[in-house]
Amino acid sequence: MTSDMKVKTQFRHVGTRPVRPDGLDKVTGRAQYGADRNLQGQVYGHIVRSPHAHARIKSIDFSAAEKLPGVVATMSAADLPEPGDRLIPGAEVEMKLKNVSPVIMARDKVLYHSQAVAAVAATSPRIAAEAAALVKVEYEVLPHVLDMHAALADDAPLLHEDNFTVGMDPPPEKPSNVSVYVAMAKGDVEQGFAEADIVLERTVTLPMCHQAYIEPHACVAKVDENGKVDIWCTTQGQFMVRVLTAEVTGIPQKDIKVTPSEIGGGFGGKTTVYIEPVAAVLAKKAGRPVKIVMSREEVFRASGPVSDSETRVKIGVKKDGTITAIDSDMLMNTGAYSASAMFAGVLFGTAPYKCENIRSIGREVLTNKPRVWAYRAPGAPQALTAVECVVNELAAELGMDPIDLRLQNAVEEGDIPLYGVPFQPVGLKECLEKVKEHPNYQVPLGPNQGRGVACAFWINAGMQSSASIHVAPDGGISVQTGNPDIGGSRASMALMAAEVLGVPVETVRPAVMDTDSIGYCDGTGGSRTTLATGGAVIQAAEKLVEELRRRAAASWQVDIEDVAWLDGKAVERCGIGIDELIEGSSPIKDGAKVLTLAELAATAGNTGGPLTAVASLHAHNAAPAFAVNACDVEVDPETGRTTVLRYTCAQDVGKAIHPAYVEGQLQGGAVQGIGWALNEEYLWDENGVLDNAGLLDYRIPVASDLPMIDTIIVEEPNIMHPFGVRGVGEAPICPPVPAVTTAVNNAAGILLYDLPLSPPKVLAAIDERD
Amino acid sequence: MSAPMKKCHVSATVNGEPREFLCEPTQVLSDILRNDLDLTGTKEGCTTGDCGACSVMLDGALVCSCLVLAAEVEGSEIETVEGVAKDGVLHPVQEKLLEHAALQCGICTPGIVVAAKALLEQNPDPSEEETRYWLAGNLCRCTGYDKIIRAVMDAGAAMRGE
Amino acid sequence: MTSVQYAAPTSLAEAAQVLAGAEAPKLLAGGTDLLVQMKLGLRQPGLIVDIKKIPELKALGLDASGLSLGAAVPGAVVTANAELQRLYPGFVEALGLIGSSQVQGRCSAGGNLCNSSPAADSVPAMIALGAVCRIVGPAGERRVPVEDFNTGPGSNCLAPDEILVALEFPRPAPRSSDAYLRFIPRTEMDIAVAGAGVSLSLAEDGTCIAARVAIGAVGPRAIPVPAAADALVGTTLDDAALDAAAAAASAAATPITDKRGTVEYRKKVVGVLVRRAVLIAKSRIEEQA
Repeated sequence: MTSDMKVKTQFRHVGTRPVRPDGLDKVTGRAQYGADRNLQGQVYGHIVRSPHAHARIKSIDFSAAEKLPGVVATMSAADLPEPGDRLIPGAEVEMKLKNVSPVIMARDKVLYHSQAVAAVAATSPRIAAEAAALVKVEYEVLPHVLDMHAALADDAPLLHEDNFTVGMDPPPEKPSNVSVYVAMAKGDVEQGFAEADIVLERTVTLPMCHQAYIEPHACVAKVDENGKVDIWCTTQGQFMVRVLTAEVTGIPQKDIKVTPSEIGGGFGGKTTVYIEPVAAVLAKKAGRPVKIVMSREEVFRASGPVSDSETRVKIGVKKDGTITAIDSDMLMNTGAYSASAMFAGVLFGTAPYKCENIRSIGREVLTNKPRVWAYRAPGAPQALTAVECVVNELAAELGMDPIDLRLQNAVEEGDIPLYGVPFQPVGLKECLEKVKEHPNYQVPLGPNQGRGVACAFWINAGMQSSASIHVAPDGGISVQTGNPDIGGSRASMALMAAEVLGVPVETVRPAVMDTDSIGYCDGTGGSRTTLATGGAVIQAAEKLVEELRRRAAASWQVDIEDVAWLDGKAVERCGIGIDELIEGSSPIKDGAKVLTLAELAATAGNTGGPLTAVASLHAHNAAPAFAVNACDVEVDPETGRTTVLRYTCAQDVGKAIHPAYVEGQLQGGAVQGIGWALNEEYLWDENGVLDNAGLLDYRIPVASDLPMIDTIIVEEPNIMHPFGVRGVGEAPICPPVPAVTTAVNNAAGILLYDLPLSPPKVLAAIDERD
Repeated sequence: MSAPMKKCHVSATVNGEPREFLCEPTQVLSDILRNDLDLTGTKEGCTTGDCGACSVMLDGALVCSCLVLAAEVEGSEIETVEGVAKDGVLHPVQEKLLEHAALQCGICTPGIVVAAKALLEQNPDPSEEETRYWLAGNLCRCTGYDKIIRAVMDAGAAMRGE
Repeated sequence: MTSVQYAAPTSLAEAAQVLAGAEAPKLLAGGTDLLVQMKLGLRQPGLIVDIKKIPELKALGLDASGLSLGAAVPGAVVTANAELQRLYPGFVEALGLIGSSQVQGRCSAGGNLCNSSPAADSVPAMIALGAVCRIVGPAGERRVPVEDFNTGPGSNCLAPDEILVALEFPRPAPRSSDAYLRFIPRTEMDIAVAGAGVSLSLAEDGTCIAARVAIGAVGPRAIPVPAAADALVGTTLDDAALDAAAAAASAAATPITDKRGTVEYRKKVVGVLVRRAVLIAKSRIEEQA
């Protein structure tokens, strides 16, 4: 698609708020999630996990476990192919198998506590758990390292003896715990600082945290006598499960079918596999279906949490508010294997600002923590939080309103961010202005109260999607895609199809298909589904309309150009110009022939066969999102506890297809960010064991912690998308972390950048202040 | 070691129907509901009583079914999310959750339905604060709670005929 | 795991029979702690004895002498009782703070006490009210003040064949009230980082004539703080008295540093809570008038 495409601006269905098509099943309990399916003859898998944070596996002895009545299969990494240096083909981002396979099943060494080392399958979950406890694993315990600075020390325990930092010029001669180094720059930072009147430098640390989706990972796999594998699982991408299961197990993709269940939250955390390959191998060995459900404890200990980070940011500003230079240097903890989103942090942390002189460096550090994985705008909060907190301090020092300072420096069309692609029209300034005008921003603050503002950028992804549309003989519409619906995307797909087809949205039945039943789709992630999969739905619907027009033209024996498609009907144009035909108020000429969709569908067998259209695309039309949040808090000066009083979030979403679910994304992201800023963190003991592996002490926000979250939807259309869509899901988590941090600091009169801003830390800072 | 545990025989009324099942003494109610009685609307997010996804009514009390031994419910009346809509008609809480778009992934929704219905039965006109505190044990990671709270309060208004 | 058995006696006598000679018995009230501990592998009872079908454990008696609260009466039953709210507001709010609405349907003051967590919310409130445990065992019945019941984290004075039947609360004197506050990082769903229960009696002129103070989550078990009470008695609960009580509570605290809080933080905050709880109890007495 090119930028001169025509973006639709008038809609009949898009922008309305119908009840989501999957809603009824979800409020009645019928919707089936990952753990909700049981198969005939099923047995239960249980994973044996490492009690050590770093150890060599000397031997694994299954003999006692296998003697336990009810045990039907066991496995270890010996049942999986050696990963070598293989790159996973077709993966969404370049991924080495050796950074994936050992997370499924450790080979030779364990690199974090609770890493999978073996698995058993038995006839009941209880017997499987007992059998797992009987698997004897002999370890040689090695010294471990959790802290990034400790991992950088010359004498630090080395996680991977073959790890030579990628991205260094010249390449290093010695292995280290730095997996990746990135340095990006534009302009001349030193010159920029020389031009500045004020230069401020701060270091901001964010804790390791977790997506904390409420549904644990769950799957059931069966393997037939011909080796065909059938997997049902909760995932953000059934095709991703297929390729990763194939790569990890050596079973060809053609023999694997993956059916996604309803998904109980993911936030990026379900864009990889943990248990599906294990279930497939156990099922093959047992000759029976194997179900695996991770416990909440396993989810916290052994899925993919989010990098802790340390970001040092230095910003220079002139007295008039012009930002002259930004220098950012971040450390990102990737856990045991290289998988962090450091590139995003390095590239996107400065994207909201016009600044000509930017330097951004990042180092990804290996430690004996679980391999990190994606969490909503991966990498961005770790970088943006530091930048935004410094911008807020600069505004205060300049005596400027923090929104005004941002307005003065905000990027607009034509500006070129560090990642090099010039912006088309973007809505950052409108977001800033709308938040500034919002009543919440006018409320005077009382004692111990503070306000914080932050803006954020997220790139939004495109990638590959497929859709198919089928018309039933009575005119009913099936819209099929391959993207698990994590937050209401079926409602969006139905709306977009209804828009193109001119039919009521209720006649559209959207569905998420298994890997055998739809063309390839990259996963639900990167804020890409509405844009890319929606784009495929729009294309398929347009193709279907053309086919419907063609069939009407044939039956009327006129040229297809003489047939318009209006309000779900083929209409003979009778010379009326195409631009005059407006849906809903079309000036159909008296006597013009009309065929409804239902009429065309009923006779399809005689006019060329079933009415079906498919579209597959690689979307290169993604456009970024900008978001702005403002937050008021009150800090109890005697306990250090923060109460969020008011919260406002604005975001440029391009076009809001279903505005209620757009608001929901903004609200949900804001609250996740509030949690990250205030209370959420992984706490470790001295042995590298997670100390708060449960929802009691991993403190995600609860309903009574929060005020209403006010939303402002800004719609600056993406000029490369037929409906102007940008994408929504990820940007919302970025601004709350710095907005809350600044608000707390302002309320308490402290300068605390060691997140989370939990009560003991805030109280200690208050005491230090006094 | 691992002799099959002697099972308890339990009779209970579930969603108005008499049901019987066998359970091991340590099995919890959510496990039996989901895996023996095919009532998978009751979800398990933590199995330690911290998330509320397994909320059911047990003899009129709102409980986490993961914190109830199945053996305990002999003679009890249990209502799960599957029993909330009666005769094909949604409960106002269900209607309003849909109308307000108060669910995203939907995994917490069954627990919210059961807990919110229990709230409105004992407090027909809860304040926002009361609603938030009552539902504090129902974790939702998607919505930020805003639309859920509005939907539950609106359901209360609908039930009051407002 | 060896085979586990389940029993649900319907009388104290039957319970005594079941417990006699049982291997690793564990009493089950609401189960909101026990089942979690079993799930996490921290406890493996041989026999689970559900005591909720024993009438005495579900009884609630209120008369001129005070309250007798069956050890397994659920929190939700207590918090819904307006008379209890009026007489023992601090205890009722402490019990009501345990867990979620869902947990309230199951948890009980007796269970909270017998779990013997140092952070149990209802325990400092019960100590502040001078509550007494009624315990039945093969040797008959005995009474133990709540403050003497727990012996350390996870341990108490109950013998394996004894049952805590009820908690007995004296009827508050005129112009008396109580309050409980805890500190948690969120607003709900957390275990107390520190807690403080206070009961007060005031003379007509506002002078404090009796006080009891107990603190939780700042030691191996809930701690009565007579020094804090002494700092209040004889004063009009002015700032100096409040500061002295807070300081006494902070001094009496012997907390540990763990994932929920540090020694320094807990000591400091428990004093803040005592001070605030005293003011709440005071205002409740003033509202009675």
